[in-house]
Amino acid sequence: MIEVQGLTKRFGAQTVLEGIDLHIERGESVVIIGRSGCGKSVLLKHLIGLLQPDAGSIRVDGQEITRMNERQLLEVRRKFGMLFQSAALFDSMTVAENVAFAFRNRRDLTPAEIARRVAEALELVDLPGIEKKRPAELSGGMRKRVGLARAIVYRPEILLYDEPTSGLDPIVSDSIDQLIIRIRDHLRVTSVVVTHDMRSARRVGHRVALLHDHRIYAMGPTPSIFASTDPVVRRFIDGVSDPKHPDF
Amino acid sequence: MGLHCAWWSDWLCGLGRMALLARDAFASLLRRGAHPRDVLVQVHFMGVKSQSVVLITGAFTGMVLAAQTFFQFHKVKMDTATLAVVSVSMCSELGPVLTGLMVAGRVGAAIAAELGTMRVTEQIDALRTLATHPVDYLVVPRLLAAHIALPLLTAEAITVGIGAGYLVGVGLLGIDAAYAWHNMLRYTDLVDVTMGMIKAVIYGGIVALVGCYKGLNCRLGAEGVGRATTEAVVAASISILVSNFFLTLGLTPLLTGLGL
Repeated sequence: MIEVQGLTKRFGAQTVLEGIDLHIERGESVVIIGRSGCGKSVLLKHLIGLLQPDAGSIRVDGQEITRMNERQLLEVRRKFGMLFQSAALFDSMTVAENVAFAFRNRRDLTPAEIARRVAEALELVDLPGIEKKRPAELSGGMRKRVGLARAIVYRPEILLYDEPTSGLDPIVSDSIDQLIIRIRDHLRVTSVVVTHDMRSARRVGHRVALLHDHRIYAMGPTPSIFASTDPVVRRFIDGVSDPKHPDF
Repeated sequence: MGLHCAWWSDWLCGLGRMALLARDAFASLLRRGAHPRDVLVQVHFMGVKSQSVVLITGAFTGMVLAAQTFFQFHKVKMDTATLAVVSVSMCSELGPVLTGLMVAGRVGAAIAAELGTMRVTEQIDALRTLATHPVDYLVVPRLLAAHIALPLLTAEAITVGIGAGYLVGVGLLGIDAAYAWHNMLRYTDLVDVTMGMIKAVIYGGIVALVGCYKGLNCRLGAEGVGRATTEAVVAASISILVSNFFLTLGLTPLLTGLGL
């Protein structure tokens, strides 16, 4: 479904991604892990065309998206839903207006039908009845759930999650994980999750890719990555800052 | 020297990018990408909510212009030409320029701050993921609204300015009402009014385009938003003042030649 080949991205003199190859099958859930600032979010933004690579190709359903202009990309993006790290809710709108945003140019849907779909999406993220609230009135976890409702309301084929559990307490993080799994199974979507929450990675991913030193250092089924004895993989999974420390 | 080159190159690049933004906005307009409701919301924000600023500016400018002109003209016994000066100045220069500057301060700053904050908080990226072009949703409604609101606000400022000038001249300074009115109508041409309105349309475009450009291209962080807001006001104000000279120079022979 998504095929990335030789993706390279630089910001000025700084190389962020170098020769990334990644293949994501329809319906699978891939988790991208890596240290802060290693380029996970940059990779995710390339998959939906928010950033253009310096080299390499990205194919979505066989369509090469790196040569498309912004208008052509808009069509491709209809297949995607994205949950941003900060949720990125439109703060001038209510929750209902945020969730219904994707329908604003749809003349085939009546206001009642849109309201029903919004209520259904909010129900799916366990936030029924908050349509009239403003984003500023919501907690961090609620904002992420509303962001997720906005991303799933139009039934996309691919969902991208940028740090879905960052900044949330363990209980809310757990509920977000449950939600990702439920949406993955319920809507049968392809999911790409960027995270450095190892518990989350273990639970939501069919496969895990570790981004290290601008490249995909290791990739495989979740159990095999978590059982890996490679020192770089182990160090990240176990969260060790100094591998020479006696406790390591 | 190197620093100067970098500054010029940045400035020229900025102008080029702004021209590309204007082209995208024009293409979106032809494609009818903007929603009429979004345009109306912006007309309300720019037009209705700028009333007090524009009315006060127009009124006090008309009043001080009448008083100052009277004080000078009185020395050469030309009191009754005072309102003619007020009227011509308000219609062709002060009305559009001062309205443009006030709107640049209020609306241009608000546009840059709003779009800049949206960029910093990833809301513009969110728009793009929801298959919405930022130019369709953010730029075109503001540009259209500014083109509609600014001529209306300018006409209002001109009317109020002349009215206030009349009250000061006739009511306070004792100019003969009939002669003042007669001279005002005699020396104010359709060219002056048309030129004011054309300028207002152009200044509306400048305020909205500069505000949108600065907001969409602001640097990340609170400092970036603050800087974009300041730059939007400064750049729009300077563009209005500089273009005003060239517009006066170009439009006067053009409109006169058209027989207005």
